[in-house]
Amino acid sequence: MNVWPFVVAAYAVTFAASAGLSLWAWQGMRKAEAAADALRKDK
Amino acid sequence: MDSPSKLPYGPAIVIHALANPTRFLKLARPLTPICFWLGVALIAFGGWGALTQIPADYLQRDSVRILYIHVPSAWLGMGGWSGLALSSLFYLVWRHPLAAIAARAIAPVGMVFIALCLLTGSIYGRPTWGTWWEWDGRMTSTLLLFFVYIAYIALARADDERGGDGRIPALFGIAGTALLPIIRYSVDWWNTLHQGQTFGVTGSSMDSSMIWPLAFTVLGFTFFFAGVVLMRMRALLAQAKVEARLRRMAA
Repeated sequence: MNVWPFVVAAYAVTFAASAGLSLWAWQGMRKAEAAADALRKDK
Repeated sequence: MDSPSKLPYGPAIVIHALANPTRFLKLARPLTPICFWLGVALIAFGGWGALTQIPADYLQRDSVRILYIHVPSAWLGMGGWSGLALSSLFYLVWRHPLAAIAARAIAPVGMVFIALCLLTGSIYGRPTWGTWWEWDGRMTSTLLLFFVYIAYIALARADDERGGDGRIPALFGIAGTALLPIIRYSVDWWNTLHQGQTFGVTGSSMDSSMIWPLAFTVLGFTFFFAGVVLMRMRALLAQAKVEARLRRMAA
């Protein structure tokens, strides 16, 4: 049995989930900090 | 050097100092990219080592390479819950809002890692054991931890929406730690398809020629986890600041 498709699938799933997670966290942080800065400047 | 009588107060002082959001942000802003990119670099190096530099296992053959991402996922899924529970405990004892924010920030990140642990374990199981899934002690208790993460996220969100004081999610976070020793010792307590402990206090059953990439992926994913949690904490703190300011403006 060739196990390499399983190895590639496991690494691809991990890469996709890690990339998605970091993108979601980074965008959330940027958006929230921009909103806080905008409100501080409006004061 | 501190006198022995002063030592027990040391950790409490550090926690109280960091619990100040301004002081925390001063530290978190430079630490976020450092943790994140250091984590990415270590994972890339460890992944390269795992895929190209180590020999195939005599029994598991090339499927052993999956363990270099499966083990860090398991460690961070369980370690994430430990961090969540500790933050919950600090919140209950000292009532620092930052501790509640830390617990809420850890939850989705830990959930993704425990899901990755289940997925990569299932992919490893098919060529190694001949099955994608088995309802044995280790796999079932890990699946339960995934559901416990989901329950915590739902409970924390409901508590926020209803203006709760955060005590119920914190108690749930502490109660959930009951699952951790079950997961850890399930392979010893029950007859299971999952292999026994590879790493113990006294050593490892893994050959030294195969172990080094794992050190890099475990350390790398840990830094990556810390970087993402810091991003979430900064987002939650900024959101709280906006909500507080809007409330003051409306008053």
